[in-house]
Amino acid sequence: MPLLRHGAIVEDEWTRVADASGLADPLPIIVPHDLWLAHRDRLLGRTQPLGLHLPAGQSPETLAEDIQRFSLIAVAFPKFTDGRGFSYGRLLRERLGYRRELRAVGQVLRDQFAFILRCGFDSFEIADADDPADWLAAAAAISDWYQPGSDGRPTIQRRRAHDTGRAFAWQAAVGSAKSRLPLRRSTGAAAH
Amino acid sequence: MYRYDEFDQAFVAQRVDQFRDQVARRIDGELSEDEFKPLRLMNGLYLQLHAYMLRVAIPYGVLSARQMRRLAHIARTYDRGYGHFTTRQNIQFNWPKLAEVPDLLAELAEVEMHAIQTSGNCIRNVTADPLAGVAPDEIEDPRVHAEIIRQWSTLHPEFAFLPRKFKIAVTGAPNDRAVTRGHDIGLRMHRDGDGRPGFEVMVGGGQGRTPILAKTIRPFLPAADLLSYLEAILRVYNQLGRRDNIYKARIKILVEQVGVEAFAEMVEAEWRNIRHGELHLPAEELARIAAYFAPPAYEKLPDHCLALEAARAADPGFASWLDSNVEAHKQPGYAVVTISLKPHGGIPGDATAEQMEAVADLAAHYSFGEIRVTYKQNLVLADVRKADLHELWLGLRLDDLATANAGLVSDIIACPGLDYCNLANARSIPIAQEIGRRFRDIEREHGIGPVTVNVSGCINACAHHHMANIGILGVDKKGSEAYQITLGGRATEDAAIGAIIGPAVAGDQVADAVETIVDVYLAGRRSGEAFIDTYRRTGPEPFKEKLYATA
Repeated sequence: MPLLRHGAIVEDEWTRVADASGLADPLPIIVPHDLWLAHRDRLLGRTQPLGLHLPAGQSPETLAEDIQRFSLIAVAFPKFTDGRGFSYGRLLRERLGYRRELRAVGQVLRDQFAFILRCGFDSFEIADADDPADWLAAAAAISDWYQPGSDGRPTIQRRRAHDTGRAFAWQAAVGSAKSRLPLRRSTGAAAH
Repeated sequence: MYRYDEFDQAFVAQRVDQFRDQVARRIDGELSEDEFKPLRLMNGLYLQLHAYMLRVAIPYGVLSARQMRRLAHIARTYDRGYGHFTTRQNIQFNWPKLAEVPDLLAELAEVEMHAIQTSGNCIRNVTADPLAGVAPDEIEDPRVHAEIIRQWSTLHPEFAFLPRKFKIAVTGAPNDRAVTRGHDIGLRMHRDGDGRPGFEVMVGGGQGRTPILAKTIRPFLPAADLLSYLEAILRVYNQLGRRDNIYKARIKILVEQVGVEAFAEMVEAEWRNIRHGELHLPAEELARIAAYFAPPAYEKLPDHCLALEAARAADPGFASWLDSNVEAHKQPGYAVVTISLKPHGGIPGDATAEQMEAVADLAAHYSFGEIRVTYKQNLVLADVRKADLHELWLGLRLDDLATANAGLVSDIIACPGLDYCNLANARSIPIAQEIGRRFRDIEREHGIGPVTVNVSGCINACAHHHMANIGILGVDKKGSEAYQITLGGRATEDAAIGAIIGPAVAGDQVADAVETIVDVYLAGRRSGEAFIDTYRRTGPEPFKEKLYATA
């Protein structure tokens, strides 16, 4: 499936491994959660990039400080109607301090793209037939939001209070699409 | 009332454009019905038996006269000249064409309205006490908090794909007119020791095939913590609510499964992490929203009105209407008026475009241009001078809006049932109509006194039959429509779920059964007892005996 990261279709350098035989792969690998639990010590000693696949129903909170070991966390969306991953994204970003690549895998519709960006995700598997331009347009369809989220965008309440001028993680997340989105002044200070 | 600012207005405009694009993709075939479904549902668009149905949000039931006129225009232009007000204080249009819905939504946006989150597995339109701001028993106006919840819950990025729908109701008064214990979250205002307002938080109420009353997980939550606490509840539910079985996916099932104490502890643990974050409501924000709900410019009037008493004495029809449809107001010289949408033999909650326009005109003239929609599918003019009541009544009569039955046996809550709904097992509208016709003698109806009768066309219980004094549930009995009767439910602060009284009866026997039940009450009541009081004293036996005596 094409990978949309920071606003562009990119080559996916990651390989998903299904069982223990793949753990020795020198390339960046994404390990299923149960395999991670079974081989944690061995994987902690691994020097090549390590990614984790988090199935729906598995809260990231149990990972605790192991979180920082991963260069990528892929959160499963088994169906687009299964919204657990939205909470996992926010917990990873806002509670657990995870800063590296957060990928949505499975079934996500472009009409959910704005929500999922706001929950801290920055890379997405999209369907072969999808035009990434449509996704980026969907992300920009709503310019202001009422709720705080993982992307650091100021809420409508904050904007009402004339508190603008923050750096937005979401601008990085949609990358080159920035020019298509309403631009705001950046001070370099991350919200939260 | 709340008025949109530039941010709210831009938001709904963008939302209309977004949905216009989604509808175009559906019509092109780019989106399958399965993919389109959650998108249309988040915009209040259902696919019913005969057509699409659009449910328009009326936040906490408050409408301006201008908005009501626009609803009338929409009924005339996009529908068949009428709309249906619902128990969740919304309005439904039954006949819009898919291709026209984006235009319809654009017309709504012009008057600060939308259909966002009136359906789908998301946080639904928040409801509140329809007498907010005017009820004498009120602590503070709950619309302030309802509006704050409205904004927070609108396109919440984390909670747009919940296990199931999620309903929140707020009341600022000890007498519960918002059915708080029948909701996923019910919020009931109290004051703390220092006199500051806050909320008792009740979770896990709901109707459907598993009726459960919400349980208190926190007796007092400071108002400033409202949103962070709601977010904590939703975050726990979003992660742990069941997604494998639609009938077990509501938060009430989760609360039952883990136990209310354990559930409360999970919420409290989550809340401790976010309590002091950005969702904390500063006093300035509460004050800014509260300013929108400042009382209108009341005149200083004596509470006793001679002209009113003269009209009452001169006209028995007016006197009946005053008795049933007019309530006390906290401001001397003013009254709260219920406009019944339950003419005897009519369709509960339906209003024609002409009626909507009449109500808008009367509201503009007599009630500061504001209208409320109630849980009971009626309308309220909340700020009428007592001296104007007679004129208002005469005006309402012209459009068949002056039925003197608020709170009485023919003030029936009914869902659309099998006449419209693709979930229904049985018709509910004709049943309600027949009961209404049976009790059309106003004198008799007033003699019977307060009683609630609710008719649901299936176990999803949209008419809240579980919480009615007399509940009627349509079921499919070997291919034919039959109706189960429950007694003893209550939707007030002492909420209760009714109990099934016996075997289901045929459709043409329902009105007879209701008459029998009422007769048993009349024969057995003691002085001052309402129907529910007698039922609670005697229990179901006398009713059961009489109902099934010949069976």
